[in-house]
Amino acid sequence: MNKLKGSSGMLLVLIGMVVLAGVLVKGFATGENAVSLGLAVSTVGLVACTMLFCLAGGDFDLSVGSNLALGGVLAAIVTTATKSVPLGIAAALAAGALVGLLNGLVIAKLGINALITTLATMQIVRGITNIVSGGSPKTCSVVGFDGLGKSAIAGVPSPIALTILFFLVFGFILNRTVFGRDTLAIGGNPEASRLAGIKVEATKVWIFVLSGIVAAFAGCVQASRLLAASNNAGEKLELQAISACVLGGVSLAGGVGTMSGVVVGVLIMGVVQNAMSLMNIDTFYQMVVTGAILLAAVVFDKVKTAQNEKRSSRGTA
Amino acid sequence: MNQARLVVEGVGKSFPGVQALSGVSFSVSGGSVHALCGENGAGKSTLLKVLAGVHRPDTGSMALDGKKIDPRSPLEALACGVAVIYQELHLVPEVTVAENVMLGHLPYRFGMVDQAALRQEAMKALEQVGLQVDPSTKLKELSLAQRQMVEIAKALSRDAQVIAFDEPTSSLTSREVESLFALIRRLQEAGKAILYVSHRMDEVTTLCDACTVLRDGQHVTTWHDMAGVTADTIVNAMVGRSIQDVYGYSPRTIGEPVLVAEKVSGHGLRYPASLEVKSGEIVGLFGLVGAGRTELLKAIYAGSGGSVQVGSIKLGSRDPRSSVGAGVVFCPEDRKKEGIIPQMSVAENANLSVRRRFSHFGLLDQAKEKQNAEEYVAKLRVKTASLQTPIKNLSGGNQQKVVLARWLAEEVKVILLDEPTRGIDVGAKSEIYAIIRGLAEQGVGVLMVSSELPEVIGVCDRVLVMCDGRITGEVARADATETTLLQLALPKTEMSA
Ligand SMILES: Nc1ncnc2c1ncn2[C@@H]1O[C@H](COP(=O)(O)OP(=O)(O)OP(=O)(O)O)[C@@H](O)[C@H]1O
Ligand SMILES: [Mg+2]
Repeated sequence: MNKLKGSSGMLLVLIGMVVLAGVLVKGFATGENAVSLGLAVSTVGLVACTMLFCLAGGDFDLSVGSNLALGGVLAAIVTTATKSVPLGIAAALAAGALVGLLNGLVIAKLGINALITTLATMQIVRGITNIVSGGSPKTCSVVGFDGLGKSAIAGVPSPIALTILFFLVFGFILNRTVFGRDTLAIGGNPEASRLAGIKVEATKVWIFVLSGIVAAFAGCVQASRLLAASNNAGEKLELQAISACVLGGVSLAGGVGTMSGVVVGVLIMGVVQNAMSLMNIDTFYQMVVTGAILLAAVVFDKVKTAQNEKRSSRGTA
Repeated sequence: MNQARLVVEGVGKSFPGVQALSGVSFSVSGGSVHALCGENGAGKSTLLKVLAGVHRPDTGSMALDGKKIDPRSPLEALACGVAVIYQELHLVPEVTVAENVMLGHLPYRFGMVDQAALRQEAMKALEQVGLQVDPSTKLKELSLAQRQMVEIAKALSRDAQVIAFDEPTSSLTSREVESLFALIRRLQEAGKAILYVSHRMDEVTTLCDACTVLRDGQHVTTWHDMAGVTADTIVNAMVGRSIQDVYGYSPRTIGEPVLVAEKVSGHGLRYPASLEVKSGEIVGLFGLVGAGRTELLKAIYAGSGGSVQVGSIKLGSRDPRSSVGAGVVFCPEDRKKEGIIPQMSVAENANLSVRRRFSHFGLLDQAKEKQNAEEYVAKLRVKTASLQTPIKNLSGGNQQKVVLARWLAEEVKVILLDEPTRGIDVGAKSEIYAIIRGLAEQGVGVLMVSSELPEVIGVCDRVLVMCDGRITGEVARADATETTLLQLALPKTEMSA
């Protein structure tokens, strides 16, 4: 009930923004712009799917941006070397899974704070990406490398279609599988979850592995769309993904989050940036606005958890 | 008779889907300890929270010494002279006792905390409650009972006239209860108006000299004179029927051992311990708070050393999942910390473990889950607006029932219960005893920690007693009396003293 209220409030905000932008911003309400907006949010959208799981489980993953870059670069390099697109993608996903595994093991088994852990791996992976790529973007001209990014499924550009598919799949996982509900339970009360027989550590490791894989996959899609993988790709992606989630009503304290909320959060971020670009607002101003939105989201979260805490202290004893 | 100090007039409060209080009126005299009784979810805590300014009433009003009070926050309530001592204390563990006592009104000079005055005033308040600790110790070093005293000192330092206690004795040892009662009597002599919420009828009848009963948020009756009012009369007013034999003990056939624990050890358990529970047997684990009973249960359920055998199977690893898989379940004492997932619904909390068995390849079986939750919410008479209500909105006793329901749906061979009836009303208690008996009759082995002597004596076939981290004795049902059990439970030094 509360969750619904939280995200439907944001849904109203989104609708308001779309209407406002449609009326005020020239070129916003066109099919062409809808596609470019979709493409622009597809990366954040993919990554937000698993970021939702990290947050719902009471952690977060700051290494997604670096992971995305490494994934893209590896896909380009391996594909160029082997002339096989599947091998390139497999290499990228394996690397993402490995980084995720490292994150998960350190956080779950050693009990080290997710902030510190993923801050460290974020730097390590960015470093490795630069070493592997020699510090410059990697292009790839193998036929078929553009398959993920340039093709279309039923008329919808693949990156957008894939993002929608991921929203559906991960939404299903969160709501309808034991893994998804365990994730929320762990974020809500780790000790109670452990005593109830939930494998807290293993679940957390899986969450981070998934997060690594999805980030690397998003890197492949992006590289495929641009036919090149930048060593600097995905910078600040972690922040965008987290702010999209928080805007969508996911609690930073863990235990609360819905996929529909995240979709709304991702779209709000996308609409704001798209509208500002159309209005030719200077990027520096765009940074200010994006930052302000993040701040608003965090304040929003804080107010909401404060209310929740009040409510829960009322509800007991 | 003393004159009324606190007057509650027609107070009503509703939450989405629940009318927690409706038109409650009664008055509390100065110099009186006024009990507030009622079933789980009757509205007792809600009433205290209205007094404390946590909730604002939808209707009605309150007055203290003839002056209307309408607190909007706990701070305002304190300023009006109303203090509520919750079961979960609202103190800051990392700062000193003195600062906690004076929290919110630290004395200062020239913009800086006046350390001398702080110490002095805190000392004065601590003296009033009879707590002998150095005000500069950190609060976290104090025991729970001492912290409760600090909370009371805090109220006194604000010159509180109305002091309300919400189930204050549920985590205290019998000695600590005595000193709390002594303090409450001193407050009574000082003419304060005291409200006292408890599910323990013996406390109500010995301590209190007035009593108000709530049922479903409505005022049932108030006795301003307890002459002729017995536990039975109160229970009758609470649940609308009298409860004859709360424990309902009848002998069972007791079978082969289902749980054999040998030299188990685990975090917090000072000495390895061994014990055995037979099929169909209810074994009590009695001891004072801090004797290591919870730690022993946890060592069996999820410990490290020693061995645990369930039926003929020896448990390989003892993590909660494997234990549950082998049919050993554990129902924790501290429901807020270890029991509930606060934001999740009643249904999800009830299904937290069993949904794994209902699921197909990791996919939830929603129909089965719904059916299971409905069944147990009805069976245990959990009072909730709906299955989808977040569990944190339930009253304390009802949360406890949901945590218990979580395990009843599993295929249980051994159930480890840690204070299963803490915070549970008399009516629901007898229902829970019936459930425990029912489990035993099906051949489940029950190991039950309890600090309540009458419960241990009334329910168990055999009692193990712990003291200072060791099992100090075993008493058969026939020999279990308050004296035999207490003798084994008290540390030897205290016995000779
Ligand atoms: N914050 C809240 N939101 C929704 N419902 C609530 C809230 N707090 C209490 N309730 C409901 O109000 C009713 C009264 O609850 P209250 O906590 O006052 O009961 P109680 O008499 O203290 O019970 P117990 O003996 O179990 O502690 C219950 O049905 C409970 O579910
Ligand atoms: Mg209560």
